[in-house]
Amino acid sequence: MSPGLFNDWIVIFLMMTGFYTLITRGNLIKKLIGLGVFQVSVFMLYISMGKVEGGTAPILTEGVVHYSNPLPHVLILTAIVVGIATLAVGLALTVRIQEAYGTIEEDEIRELGGIE
Amino acid sequence: MITDHLPVLQVVIPLLAAPLCVVLRGSFAVRQFVKVVSGLTFLCSLLIFTHVTRHGAMGYELGGWQPPWGIEYRVDALNAFLLLIISGMAAVILPYGTRSILREIPREQHHLFLAIFLVCVAGLLGIAVTADIFNVFVFLEISALSSYALIGMGRSRRALTAAYQYLIMGTIGSTFLLIGIGLLYMKTGTLNMADLALRMPPPHESSTVIAAFAFLSVGVSIKLAVFPLHTWLPNAYTFAPSMVTAFLAATATKVSFYLLLRIVFTVFGVGFAFEAMHLQLLLPPLALAGIFVASTVAIFQTNIKRLLAFSSIAQIGYMVLGLSFGTATGLTAGIVHLFNHAVMKSSLFLAIGCVSFALGAVDLRAMRGLGRRMPFTMAAFLIGGLNLIGIPFTAGFVSKWYLILAALEQQRWFVAGFCLLSSLLAAVYIGRVVEAAYFHDPDPQLTARPVPRGMLAPLWLLTGASLFFGIFTSFPVGAAQRAALLLLGGAP
Repeated sequence: MSPGLFNDWIVIFLMMTGFYTLITRGNLIKKLIGLGVFQVSVFMLYISMGKVEGGTAPILTEGVVHYSNPLPHVLILTAIVVGIATLAVGLALTVRIQEAYGTIEEDEIRELGGIE
Repeated sequence: MITDHLPVLQVVIPLLAAPLCVVLRGSFAVRQFVKVVSGLTFLCSLLIFTHVTRHGAMGYELGGWQPPWGIEYRVDALNAFLLLIISGMAAVILPYGTRSILREIPREQHHLFLAIFLVCVAGLLGIAVTADIFNVFVFLEISALSSYALIGMGRSRRALTAAYQYLIMGTIGSTFLLIGIGLLYMKTGTLNMADLALRMPPPHESSTVIAAFAFLSVGVSIKLAVFPLHTWLPNAYTFAPSMVTAFLAATATKVSFYLLLRIVFTVFGVGFAFEAMHLQLLLPPLALAGIFVASTVAIFQTNIKRLLAFSSIAQIGYMVLGLSFGTATGLTAGIVHLFNHAVMKSSLFLAIGCVSFALGAVDLRAMRGLGRRMPFTMAAFLIGGLNLIGIPFTAGFVSKWYLILAALEQQRWFVAGFCLLSSLLAAVYIGRVVEAAYFHDPDPQLTARPVPRGMLAPLWLLTGASLFFGIFTSFPVGAAQRAALLLLGGAP
């Protein structure tokens, strides 16, 4: 296994872990945690894609010729902000659901008629 | 010249107006303010549309950075039409909403609600206007996050769980989109859509590009609610406040359809999507299954908003079917239906919003005898329903006509037959509501509050439009044909 692919395996592992948590957990907070892990795996995909072998951080200094590509890193900064916003909205909704139903367990909410 | 800056003003006006709403605070002031803003936004897209029709595509380089490196806004025949639809719907639905929210949203939250609404409008307009595929993701999330919040503000507590479900599904969809964009960037090193199309490696050379295509199309399909990825839609539409349902039904799924068109035709191209990926075989079964399953489920609904939501899923099926032909006629049918469905479905949801305003209930029992008690509202509903069925001289007929033409062009008799057959299902579910409204006596216990003219006027404006464009078809069909030719790589 080349070191290049190692990152990809980590990404896939994290992605599937997050996705599995998202699908199987009934607790609304745990679902959001799964969603977070799922999103973070994509951040890692972007960050490792910008790495140039032998390149350093993209800061102009003397004696350095190869730089890593900074664009994917900048893109993912935006995506991280989006991820935080999503998590915040999700948690706010969970708080409101707790107030309205008195529970954040999916099966209990279903019994109360909140989900079909 | 101000004309050069129109593409960016289109997004900036509602985006900057949103925080101003929060500053203004007072319910009355904010409600007047948003009407002015939506009018300005609509004016902006009208100017863009006339400019693009006369002089061809217009571009805008953000911050003066040249296209392949900087973010570019680019408006051509397709997205000029879409901008017109989104801002037009916002301009009609906001005046309606400023009255309907009086009964649905607590007064002290009006300014926040309308601010989020403007952010949602800005996000949708942004998706339509930008030529940078990463920028699409950002705007998609802006519009999606604001719509989760808007849906969550519905009166029933089930609105909260509906918004949560939508948040989970929507975020999976947009993360898929993000993965797809990343894979494309890995392979091509660019994010500008036109540049991507130039640098796209052929499918047999790179499995990365195939994976990117899969992630992008599945991600957008979740947002578009293509059967079987539609599960978030019925609850979200049923429990959201009236104006939100009408607006999202008219624009959000339409923008996703536009995005699918852009990705399939502009970024990947017909050769890639239809010869290598066989979309013409993959999509029709999903579209037809969506049309039939959703229409059948709609027949058994007692909540009218839910009934219309399932009908929306079926109508999305028609649009996807139009796309799946991959021909000029098919695309014309899809885009015409995008426009017509936006008009007719929002008019239907506005009518139901009026019923909800008057009675506080929208189930089939509440509809009994409404033909006599709320004649204007129910007549509009009836016309909207005839549109859905596709009766001649309504807009719905025009889109079905082009769809069947496209199917016959390729000798797909089955598909054409199914399209006709599915209209019967629409006749059944609309018929149930109409029967309750016109052939039953009203429930004497329910008292109907008078519906303000300010809500009836937008409703009838849209209903009138759906009749007008059923007879004078040159505007939507002309715009759709220009857009279809553009997508297939022809002249303007």
